[in-house]
Amino acid sequence: MAKHETPLLDQLESGPWPSFVSDLKQQAEVRAKNEAGVEFQIPQDAVEDLLGVLELSFKHGRTHWKHGGIVGVFGYGGGVIGRYCDQPKLFPGVEHFHTMRVAQPCGKYYKTDYLRQLTKIWDMRGSGITNMHGATGDIILLGTTTPQIEEIFYELTHNMNQDLGGSGSNLRTPADCLGSSRCQYACYDSNALCHFLTNNYQDELHRPAFPYKFKFKFDACPNGCVASIARSDMSFIGTWRDAIKIDQDAVNKYVENDAAYPANAGAHKGKDWGPFDIEKEVVELCPTKCMKFENKTLKIDNSNCTRCMHCINTMPRALRIGDDRGCSILVGAKAPIVDGAQMGSLLVPFIEVNAENDYEAITEVIENVWDWWMEEGKNRERLGELIMRQGFQKLLEVTGIEAQPQHVAYPRTNPYIFWKEDEVTGGWERDVVEYRKHHLR
Amino acid sequence: MSELLSNKEAATQAVVDFMTKKSKNKSKFYFNDFQDIFPDDKLRDIKKVVNKMVTDGVLEYWSSGSTTMYGLKGGGKQHGSEGEA
Repeated sequence: MAKHETPLLDQLESGPWPSFVSDLKQQAEVRAKNEAGVEFQIPQDAVEDLLGVLELSFKHGRTHWKHGGIVGVFGYGGGVIGRYCDQPKLFPGVEHFHTMRVAQPCGKYYKTDYLRQLTKIWDMRGSGITNMHGATGDIILLGTTTPQIEEIFYELTHNMNQDLGGSGSNLRTPADCLGSSRCQYACYDSNALCHFLTNNYQDELHRPAFPYKFKFKFDACPNGCVASIARSDMSFIGTWRDAIKIDQDAVNKYVENDAAYPANAGAHKGKDWGPFDIEKEVVELCPTKCMKFENKTLKIDNSNCTRCMHCINTMPRALRIGDDRGCSILVGAKAPIVDGAQMGSLLVPFIEVNAENDYEAITEVIENVWDWWMEEGKNRERLGELIMRQGFQKLLEVTGIEAQPQHVAYPRTNPYIFWKEDEVTGGWERDVVEYRKHHLR
Repeated sequence: MSELLSNKEAATQAVVDFMTKKSKNKSKFYFNDFQDIFPDDKLRDIKKVVNKMVTDGVLEYWSSGSTTMYGLKGGGKQHGSEGEA
């Protein structure tokens, strides 16, 4: 029988979707039975008490968790988040219930052996509850006590070669898509760049000195499978500078509805959508109308292509990304806290992704941005909010990047730019007499 | 790096004095507050020195999970008071 009655939580199990309440109940039962003979290092009934305190929070309409505290293991200023319950007598199993963040492998490639090792440590030294994965992208281990933190860290680092992730005012655990390890659309090796920057910025990851959190995310192509444009302060999205590669024979196979050339690589096969129509499904859906199909030939005006990926996704055997590949850097995305939610703004339209010189072009941009934000950012101000406060032009100044049409949201309708005196030939001074010769009052 | 920041003992004392002076009102400080003590130094240099003070046991971190602050070791509310050893 359950330790606490949870009628309000039970309702959450009644809907059509999988419920975390059912998961917690299952875990509470596993710990109670302990058929695996685990030597629990935190209270065996921690999960039951977790359900109890959550039920009480629902009943009272307010939280019973206190805010913050301990932050890490020796030498680290992040990776552990202190959590304490404000009803320890009622729920002693969760009196101390700290969270640990563990850096996930690039591309989230796991061996089953790795996952078994991880859960074995966590079943013994923590609650056994995991969040795979947190919003940042890392492995979240929910619920342990202070004495267990160093023990867990020792086992992770020494037995699994595994580091903690970021929390607090640190660089957060960088996250990436599968990239060129599995994907034909990848414009750069997102796994390699993510891994390099994670190692290169260990100090920023583990020792807090930023005004607030800072997130990197890596999408190897504009399809954006990790949604870096919305989820990170600095987003690296793969792109190309030359033309989309076209195989005209393959285009015509799609048009002829050849069974070996299913639209969208067969992703929508479950339903009969009728024969493929290149005009309706590709040409007319191009956001910049830069394509046409005439006389069995597909033409693309690449100078007007915005790399939306729609045509390539629809006819992957006929169209390929270009060969001159790199990435765009966007900055300032965030969830709504101070200002509203923001998507990233394009800072660098194209930058080379070169492992041979340790990505020096990219690290230069990163460090210029950090220097500015650390100097000018208010406490708890995200990069996107600083950009809003001081202006995108200030960001261009501190990064030494010249204003380009790609920086303007709607360059064809609003090309309005503030120029500075030293950027204009002749400055602000003018010869009024000379002017009046040509322009009558 | 300024003379004050490059002198470990003097820098430590300056940080301790700064925090002690303000301890009536607050026990936790944002990283940016250190700029008041070392106005001529780059924040990334200040960071190295301040984090060394944490390792040496002069300062300690406090974090809400989203933001991290610094305090004098043993100052303010401690997790010992949460019933933990």
